[in-house]
Amino acid sequence: MIFSATTIDTGATAWVLISAALVAFMTPGLAFFYGGMVRSKNILGMLMQNIFAMGLISILWALVGFSLAFGGSGRYFGNFDFAMMKDISSLGALPGYTGEFALAIPVLAFFGYQMMFAVITPALITGATADRLKFSAYAILIGVWAVVVYPTVAHWVFSPNGWLFKRGALDFAGGAVVHINAGAAALAVVLVLGNRRGWPKEAMPPHNLPLTILGTGILWFGWFGFNAGSALAANGLAAQALVNTHLSAASGMLAWLLIEKIRAGHATTLGAASGAVAGLVAITPCAGFVGGLSPILIGLVAGIVCYLALVLKTKFKFDDSLDVIAVHLVGGIIGALLLGLLADTKINSLGFDGALNGGGWSLMNDQVIAIGATLAFSFVVTYVIAQILDKTIGLRVSNEAELVGLDQSQHAEAAYQ
Amino acid sequence: MKLVTAIIKPFKLDDVKEALKAAGAQGITVSEVRGFGRQGGHTETYRGTEYQIDFIPKAKVELVVDDSSVDRLVDIIRNAASTGKIGDGKIWVTTVDQIIRIRTGEQGQDAI
Repeated sequence: MIFSATTIDTGATAWVLISAALVAFMTPGLAFFYGGMVRSKNILGMLMQNIFAMGLISILWALVGFSLAFGGSGRYFGNFDFAMMKDISSLGALPGYTGEFALAIPVLAFFGYQMMFAVITPALITGATADRLKFSAYAILIGVWAVVVYPTVAHWVFSPNGWLFKRGALDFAGGAVVHINAGAAALAVVLVLGNRRGWPKEAMPPHNLPLTILGTGILWFGWFGFNAGSALAANGLAAQALVNTHLSAASGMLAWLLIEKIRAGHATTLGAASGAVAGLVAITPCAGFVGGLSPILIGLVAGIVCYLALVLKTKFKFDDSLDVIAVHLVGGIIGALLLGLLADTKINSLGFDGALNGGGWSLMNDQVIAIGATLAFSFVVTYVIAQILDKTIGLRVSNEAELVGLDQSQHAEAAYQ
Repeated sequence: MKLVTAIIKPFKLDDVKEALKAAGAQGITVSEVRGFGRQGGHTETYRGTEYQIDFIPKAKVELVVDDSSVDRLVDIIRNAASTGKIGDGKIWVTTVDQIIRIRTGEQGQDAI
């Protein structure tokens, strides 16, 4: 296949390279965000699961992941054209990225940037499975997931050849590909894995919230690369995405604190961290398609609805230990739906107008289809992978190992002496 | 010879230490402990879920004194540690059979 060579813009390339590093920093940030919330005997287990994703998923991305996500012109799946990094360093353009979607950066920069997304997405699952997932089972689970599930959804939504992209569903930086995808997978794994021993009767409060706040800061910082980098250019759209990202995080935090104060009596540090992340999740699909006060509204809705979604796990008795479903799945869905209302072609001419901007309900229709397809595909495939692992090597650590904690039982280490 | 043990509120530790020093106490041993008494524990709320925390932090003060100064020092501790609110803690006194100073080998009253 011959692709037209595009003009490389040095400013855009510089920004995307920096953004790749920013997104890479989010995974250790996530590790601390989660690590502070688990009990002290499990923090190394949590940090390890996250940092390990940086190792395993990066290699898989180079071998097949990128090619399965962005190779070929299929509507539903990529192919193996770029497997083993074939041609990636010399490639002029990617399939589908032509005309108005032409990249102004080297394909290799795009490869590196997208690699960081592939790394953090399965790492998000670890918050739901905290304190009881066997490390070996985790390694295989996310390895298979990063080959079968992630590239497929990325192809549908991100690649201009993907069926959801072609339909007109919008996802600027991964509301569906990253957050709904990981959230649905987290739910599937938790249902196979079961609840922590003693949950919900036994108190399992966070052991080190300062670490969680530190992680929140790193995530927030890295998210500028995640969202503003997704402009794939150093221009006004990148600036719009950066400002939107920050405003949504800010209003998400304030909204969460307010409803928490009203309903539970105190504004908490964990609430501030959770609300900010909820706002960041919800703005992710919208970052380069909305403007004005829309990001503040998006953060506000996310802060309130994600807080209210916390009750789901106690109501339906699934131990989503650190609320991945309430924050990432629900937050991602909120962002995708609000985009159907608030998208504005004056901000981004490659998008569409939402219902409140005179675009009618066709965008909303496509957003709902994208949410449903991502959720269903990720949930079903992940459920099957988890079941197979559970029936063969077992997903869960032994009762004794769970009692002594993952740090000791899985890694023969202790975080605190 | 008596061992005086006091469980007090951690923020009262400085007041107790200063009062004991002023009263001529030769030394005290302090540890951070957790427990509950009539005060019970307290609740903490994380993401809207309330947890009952039974054990709350307290400071434990121990000192060995001769029989003649027990009552005076217990009063001093009580005055310094009191806030008048529930959870102020307790003081108890036990008899000590023997004391040995490690450096010199002195025993009994001389080792206090």
